[in-house]
Amino acid sequence: MKVAGLEYRGVSSIDGPLVFIDNIRDIAYDELVEITTPTGDVRLGQVLDVTASAAVVQVFGGTVGLSQEKTKARFLGSALKIPVSKDMLGRVFDGLGRPKDGLPEPLTADRRDVNGMPVNPYSREYPRDFIQTGISSIDLMNTLVRGQKLPIFSGNGLPHNRMAAQIARQAKLLSEEVEFSIVFAAMGVKYDVARFFIDSFERSGVLHNVAMFLSLADDPSAERLVTPRSALTLAEYLAFDLGMHVLVIITDMSNYCEALREIATARGEIPSRKGYPGYLYSDLASMYERAGRLRGGAGSITQMPILTMPSDDISHPIPDLTGYITEGQIVLERDMHQRGIYPPVAGLPSLSRLMKDGIGKGRTRDDHPRVASQLFAAYSKVKDIRSLASVIGEEELSPVDKLYLKFGAEFENKVVSQGEFEDRPIQRTLEIGWEVLKILPRSELLRVSEEELAKYYDEAVTIKSKK
Amino acid sequence: MNEGIITRVNGPIVEARNMERAGMLEVVEVGTEHLIGEVIRVRRGGLATIQVYENTSGLKPGETVYCTGRQLSVKLGPGLLGTIYDGIQRPLDRIAELSGAMIRRGEKTEPLDMSKKWHFVPTVNPGDELKPGVVYGEIQETDSIKLKLIVPPSQKPTRVKTIVPEGDYAGEETLLVAENNDTLGFYQYWPVRKPRPVIARKQLTTPLLTGLRVIDAFFPIAKGGAAAIPGGFGTGKTMTQQALAKWSDADIIVYIGCGERGNEMTEVLREFPELVDPRSGRSLMERTILIANTSNMPVAAREVSIYTGITLAEYYRDMGYHVAIMADSTSRWAEALRELSGRLEEMPADEGFPAYLPTRLASFYERAGFVETMSGDSGSVSVIGAVSPPGGDFSEPVTQHTSRFIRCFWALDRALANARHYPAISWHDSYSEYLIEIAGWWGQQDAEWKAHRDLLMEVLQEEVGLQRIAKLIGPDALPDHQRLTLLVADIIKNAFLQQNSFDEIDMYCSPGKQTWMLRLLATFTERSQNLIRKGAMLADINAITALPRLLRMKSEIPNDDKTAMANLEQQISSALDAIESNLR
Ligand SMILES: Nc1ncnc2c1ncn2[C@@H]1O[C@H](COP(=O)(O)OP(=O)(O)O)[C@@H](O)[C@H]1O
Ligand SMILES: [Mg+2]
Repeated sequence: MKVAGLEYRGVSSIDGPLVFIDNIRDIAYDELVEITTPTGDVRLGQVLDVTASAAVVQVFGGTVGLSQEKTKARFLGSALKIPVSKDMLGRVFDGLGRPKDGLPEPLTADRRDVNGMPVNPYSREYPRDFIQTGISSIDLMNTLVRGQKLPIFSGNGLPHNRMAAQIARQAKLLSEEVEFSIVFAAMGVKYDVARFFIDSFERSGVLHNVAMFLSLADDPSAERLVTPRSALTLAEYLAFDLGMHVLVIITDMSNYCEALREIATARGEIPSRKGYPGYLYSDLASMYERAGRLRGGAGSITQMPILTMPSDDISHPIPDLTGYITEGQIVLERDMHQRGIYPPVAGLPSLSRLMKDGIGKGRTRDDHPRVASQLFAAYSKVKDIRSLASVIGEEELSPVDKLYLKFGAEFENKVVSQGEFEDRPIQRTLEIGWEVLKILPRSELLRVSEEELAKYYDEAVTIKSKK
Repeated sequence: MNEGIITRVNGPIVEARNMERAGMLEVVEVGTEHLIGEVIRVRRGGLATIQVYENTSGLKPGETVYCTGRQLSVKLGPGLLGTIYDGIQRPLDRIAELSGAMIRRGEKTEPLDMSKKWHFVPTVNPGDELKPGVVYGEIQETDSIKLKLIVPPSQKPTRVKTIVPEGDYAGEETLLVAENNDTLGFYQYWPVRKPRPVIARKQLTTPLLTGLRVIDAFFPIAKGGAAAIPGGFGTGKTMTQQALAKWSDADIIVYIGCGERGNEMTEVLREFPELVDPRSGRSLMERTILIANTSNMPVAAREVSIYTGITLAEYYRDMGYHVAIMADSTSRWAEALRELSGRLEEMPADEGFPAYLPTRLASFYERAGFVETMSGDSGSVSVIGAVSPPGGDFSEPVTQHTSRFIRCFWALDRALANARHYPAISWHDSYSEYLIEIAGWWGQQDAEWKAHRDLLMEVLQEEVGLQRIAKLIGPDALPDHQRLTLLVADIIKNAFLQQNSFDEIDMYCSPGKQTWMLRLLATFTERSQNLIRKGAMLADINAITALPRLLRMKSEIPNDDKTAMANLEQQISSALDAIESNLR
């Protein structure tokens, strides 16, 4: 057994967020380290690589002000743990789970390793409960279910925060009266962004039900690597120990990835694409996979990470690897935003992979899956016809193609576009869906069944002709 | 037992000294928690590098490494079917009982239930010859799968001394004693990285029927073949693999979730037991083995998971079964190689991948094949690997190297997926080199099968060129016969290629219905082309009232409804007759 908290004086080198310490012994991989700066500041770090006598330590508080001689390091004997308790709702913490609101540490002896443990796929419960967000472009076309991980792929200046706040405000289940508790993690964003969310939660009167983990733009970048993990550790406790339904909003994953790249570069690792380390996929998965439901358990974690795509490029490694892990993505489109459409949810690249089991008969409405598929198919044709029209001119289009253009415009204005405080029930959303489909000739609608056409298409047409 | 001492811990890579006696690829147990690892490099001075299959957080230099003297192996025997394992063959249901919903590391448990009794029927007698390949007994493992106990390849030729009579036995009981006193029971071990031997590899002539029309008719895979499904995220790799796992006519399915989502494995676990195998009438789970090393599970075990899977597949192949193995996704496996290689500070080749990536890929896909087994039976392993190219760009190393070792390439197309045209298998970029070899089989179902599919393919390829022109001048400016091509191509896409996995009828299309659909569409194409040539108007063809029924036949006509088929055929043909008679 080693002497707990044995302190070492001096480090052999300092490079970016890393310090190298020699002449140590009995140190474990991943162990937590307390670094004391020459001026007496205490910062936390973590062992990334260890031999019998030397360790590489990543310092969450940054290495500014550290010196070779006067820095002290104390190894704490275990990996980073944060306290977990229900009382953490309504509170604000830093990325390492320390109070940031001036109030005392949460009163609990329960401390959990922020890295969590992998969920056994055998023990998961497949998520199927439809969440009504009141936003048609999500509910109708990219349905969110309880326990899903569905990110927002956005760009600088696009209204992802307003949209996330709207979802947090309106999300509900049709069958049960349960509120979502919210765990919010912010990495590298400006204080304004955090403030926006706090105000929004306050206005809807849920702030007491929100736990915040903030590591803002002026906080050390290495802390960003722990922030989402701290948030998810609390979320897991609330969901899987206490059986609560938790919505986790994480912003901005792009800042997280940059911090990871910084560490990798400092360690001299061989980069894969765009300088990001080859393990970015696994690293992101170790967080995104901390969502879902457990067999026989009551609670759930629904994850909504937000990321800004560098130069709006969806093939950039950050959105790309995210899309490979998450259960779909809500993509925001700059062009629609410029045309004043809110929320500017891109029609084609957005996807919800869990939608198929969360909608339809007994869940939303029988025709829902096919209406959505029909809208996607028709809207993809709109895109082709728009580009054709820009070449040969709109007048030259065939009559059917002209109808498609009209459909496209109505789809964007009636289905996608809605108010930031407008909460549309799914039934209403489906009605609007059919309304815009009716612009197209019946023979174009192959994705919906004959019965559905008879019920929703023909019926409405006859009502109209009666008037 | 030999022991070493840890000198360094760097994520899943551990270095140790005093390892002079440890062999390359030997399994070791690392540290006080006995984490499972494998020796991947030995160096002068008794130094060894170990890759550890479990999280190494808290591991310390100075702790002990315990050598086991054996290579990383799987345990083979009755009870594999219907089970879900992790990458190193730990049964995840047992692990859940032992450690709860979260996987605790260091957990060790038997891959197979040793207390379960199996009904053993001997198939040899004392005095019989005993050599590799001899079947010494049988067990009905599930209602549809009979498990054969086969003398392992390592057995020295001898004779049977004694064998137990038919009856129920369990665990490590000895079933057979040889004259040289070797014993055989239910179970064997086999090192995962070593292909199991066969007598000969045979030509591939039978299709692996998948029930997906675009595959069976246009880009078919043979039993014993290897296919890749590359595609960006959300284009349908997993759905395609799952559809194949459900409906393909293999006897056994090994489904490997390699570095992908946990929920996707849960989905299979939830769905498969309830689905009925159209051929055996039994639950699909009874013919399935799942290997789950999801993206959040340790990366080194991800690397080994595909070898574990293919070894289990070869075990059943050796009994004369046709096994299909799906690996989703081989890119995550390649990334695991890259990550481990990076930690080993090896010299990288393309995009950080190690230079041995192509060799490793080849050695995996090479294990596919249609073979004559050691027992003289015919069996096959078909391999279908998903590939996840970064940014959906097929020029990246994993897609490129993989395409050298497979003969069937199902390219998923982002534009099709965006339009929710599923399966989004591009008819432009995909190919199958098995087509010629298996056309004979289809010819027995319908002598003109090849002619029909070639005609439709031709229309589809022609359409690609025409679309390019149409994009510049508008489709209405094209002459009628070219607009007919656009119309027919559209019908082929909607009526045949597109297939909805969620539709009760459409999710599986039988060979009989497929040949019928192909014939109907080919006849329609040919006759319409003739009519236009003879002066009919495109509008006449467009106005055929049965067209919507043609477009909906995939979901409205059940696989075996011969009357409905004949009906529709009749309607289409008389509509075309009517146009023709108006011409005169
Ligand atoms: N054959 C299909 N039928 C219906 N929907 C499909 C089909 N293939 C894919 N999809 C849809 O696309 C989504 C993504 O497919 P998936 O196979 O998970 O993609 P990938 O594995 O390539 O990321 C699915 O959740 C489903 O909604
Ligand atoms: Mg997938």
